[in-house]
Amino acid sequence: MATAAITAERETYLNSAYGLKSWLLTKDHKRIAVLYFITISIFFAIGGTFAGLIRLELLTPEGDLVSSETYNKLFTMHGVIMVFFFLIPSIPATLGNFFLPMMIGARDLAFPRINLLSWYLLIAGGAFAIFAMVAGGVDTGWTFYTPYSTSYSTTYVIATALGIFIAGFSSILTGLNFVVTVHRMRAPGMTWFRLPLFVWSHYATSLIQVLGTPVIAVTLFLVLCERLFHLGIFDPALGGDPVLFQHLFWFYSHPAVYIMVLPGMAVISEIVSTFSRKPVYGYAFVAFSSMAIAVIGFLVWGHHLFVSGQSLYAGLVFSFLSYFVAIPSAVKVFNWTATLYRGSISYDTPMLYAFGFIGLFTIGGLTGLFVASLGMDVHVTDTYFVIAHFHYVMVGGTIMAYLGGVHYWWPKMTGRMYPEGFAKLSALVIFIGFNLTFFPQFILGYLGMPRRYHEYSQEFQLLHVLSSAGASVLAVGYIMPAIYFLWSLRYGPVAGANPWGASGLEWRTPSPPPTHNFDRIPVVTFDAYDYSTVIPTEVNDVGH
Amino acid sequence: MDTSSTHLETGAAHEAETLALREQFDTEEQQRDAATLGMWVFLITEILFFGGAFLAYTIYRSSYPAVFGLASSSLNLPIGATNTCVLLLSSFTMVMAVRAGQLGQRKAIIIFLIITMFFGLAFLGIKAYEWTEKFEEHHVPALSNFFLEGTSLQGQAKIFFSLYFAMTGLHALHMVVGVGILLFIIWKTSQGTYSPEYYTPIDIAGLYWHFVDLVWIFLFPLFYLIDRHLPR
Amino acid sequence: MNQHGEPSHHVDSVRTYVGVLIALLIATIVTALVATLDLGPFNIIVALGIACVKMMLVVLFFMHVRYSTLLTRLVMIGGLMWLAILLLLSFVDFGTRGWIGVPGK
Ligand SMILES: [Cu+2]
Repeated sequence: MATAAITAERETYLNSAYGLKSWLLTKDHKRIAVLYFITISIFFAIGGTFAGLIRLELLTPEGDLVSSETYNKLFTMHGVIMVFFFLIPSIPATLGNFFLPMMIGARDLAFPRINLLSWYLLIAGGAFAIFAMVAGGVDTGWTFYTPYSTSYSTTYVIATALGIFIAGFSSILTGLNFVVTVHRMRAPGMTWFRLPLFVWSHYATSLIQVLGTPVIAVTLFLVLCERLFHLGIFDPALGGDPVLFQHLFWFYSHPAVYIMVLPGMAVISEIVSTFSRKPVYGYAFVAFSSMAIAVIGFLVWGHHLFVSGQSLYAGLVFSFLSYFVAIPSAVKVFNWTATLYRGSISYDTPMLYAFGFIGLFTIGGLTGLFVASLGMDVHVTDTYFVIAHFHYVMVGGTIMAYLGGVHYWWPKMTGRMYPEGFAKLSALVIFIGFNLTFFPQFILGYLGMPRRYHEYSQEFQLLHVLSSAGASVLAVGYIMPAIYFLWSLRYGPVAGANPWGASGLEWRTPSPPPTHNFDRIPVVTFDAYDYSTVIPTEVNDVGH
Repeated sequence: MDTSSTHLETGAAHEAETLALREQFDTEEQQRDAATLGMWVFLITEILFFGGAFLAYTIYRSSYPAVFGLASSSLNLPIGATNTCVLLLSSFTMVMAVRAGQLGQRKAIIIFLIITMFFGLAFLGIKAYEWTEKFEEHHVPALSNFFLEGTSLQGQAKIFFSLYFAMTGLHALHMVVGVGILLFIIWKTSQGTYSPEYYTPIDIAGLYWHFVDLVWIFLFPLFYLIDRHLPR
Repeated sequence: MNQHGEPSHHVDSVRTYVGVLIALLIATIVTALVATLDLGPFNIIVALGIACVKMMLVVLFFMHVRYSTLLTRLVMIGGLMWLAILLLLSFVDFGTRGWIGVPGK
């Protein structure tokens, strides 16, 4: 009882000010993270709805639910929303925004106003994209390949591309803010090699955002000019080269895969350590593997152009280089596994998600090697094999990690625990639903089912039905956390400062944290994942 | 709108707070380093932003050297060279403004910034004149009357002028933003915001201005100076 | 104002800046004049070489990189390196397109 009373009186970032204005004009990184949570949840729901319609259409071999034009718009808008408005901002802008400053012992990011600006940019970009969808949609695929996007498509390419262009600046500013924050805002004693691996991974992610995103920005700018003024830069009729567009596009969009998955790895490192109660095995290797992924990720984009008319020699070089990305990714997987060895493992919900991530990311990563090899890719390119591959990485990897991270830090962000039983059940439902949805797609692709078709031959129906059934299970799995998280805000048990017995600085301040994160800026005298100084707090079931 | 700093004591470091020091920083040195690093990181995003366009330029120039030479020779060299000099002069006055900031000479800051802005606007004026010339010469790729004399490969010529307009246009847009920044800094200086201890905004505005200058230093030879030795 | 007695404030003399300006203006005139001579493949190399010299002058003197920290230099060099990655790896494709005949082309 006493704990609850104190919690109610203490000033936190949530009760320091009230009213819509105090949220929309906030400069507090924690409140901005909450704004992002709400925003990307809405985008996830929109993108998920498009996915649901796609799976519904594919229940039967005939194109009976929607026309082929509508189907083209559905998969385009699913991709655009999920990639640019959900996955890219997902973990960095929410969990990263909230916890990166706390983990390094800072009061805020280096540039709080720029942080708020980047949220508004995401909203503005999203507004353009949603306008395009409401007005009639866009059908180019999320990749905007020229000359279809510049000369032939009659849909809302300009509004969508403008939306992505603006959202790109949001991503750049978040990355810039993180880079400067990690360099300049660390607490006394927080040296680079005491940083939690979450911070290392986010630092690497930020470098990719800063170095890659401007290229897609200028590429979309050229596409806009070309579409408005018929310039010819990507138009083969005038001597332009559509493959140049693909180079520019994938120079960003391959590294963008790591913008999406590196923050997931960041979350997994924290969870695996906490629930094994051991430091992450080979800390320095894991830290540098993040940096290696960021660098090598920029050298491999040509593997998306194997069948696009790129020179064969370039194909060889890019195929060869692509294999190198597997090394740092494997280092991470091996080191997480080694961390479990002889750890005192507890199977709380975040840990279940972490196990899910490690297994599914491994499958996604290994099938990535299939499509990175030139000879194999010629056969499976543009089939469901590729779809399954990147959904194993993006959904099985990033979204698993995102959900694991939200469960893990929920008590810190809200001061309340979610119901553990429901959470475990939903983690299981998501895992089963995910595999049922996407594993059949590997087989479909291997058998030759091409992507982006809304009609298909009879023999594929069984696998498509399995996949659609899995999608409905997955949808149930995603709706469950939405319900019990909202429930827990009011009725969840009060969490205390450190319910997991975790070691990071963010757990050494009350939950929810005060406005400036710490009552006193900590002086760091211990390494990351040092459990000898940790005192876990009890969860008090008196929350009402 | 924000309650933050007033409500909470956040340790010893906060005692150093002054008007210019924002609440997330401990010292002015930390704040200055953060701002400078932030601007440099922003500038490398700019390098890669223009970099995508430079890639397109490089590919097409190496694919279509003859038409690029012909089209380049149709640009107005004296005007391009003059504009380069105007921009270099503006960079000089900008760095003099930063120097005045270091020394705390408020009047000199304002004078140098106004001259810098004047040069910037002169550059944009000359650019505008040059673009109008292009309209009269039918060298605007967006218009149906586009025609470059001396070649049958009008598509390739169109690509040259598309890149010319896109890249000089993006550059000019950055100049316009730069002029806006200068106006803001002039206003802040006249308010007495800056001192030899705190002149970071002048410094990072300078970095931005010099960067825009750097882009032009490469645009000038790449667009104006191809195959100038050939008789036309 | 800080304990270390202002190590980061280097005030260059006006004469230095004027010298750099004159060098930049001369380089501009030189590059325009050299372009009218026939140097074969060296025209582009000279043009870009002079542009790089001008860049170094602006970066080192006007942007104060002469006095800047290692980190600032790394950031700048990193940016240029990534631009080089973009250009070079693209040329692995565009530079080798003609090496092997494409069937049907
Ligand atoms: Cu890729």
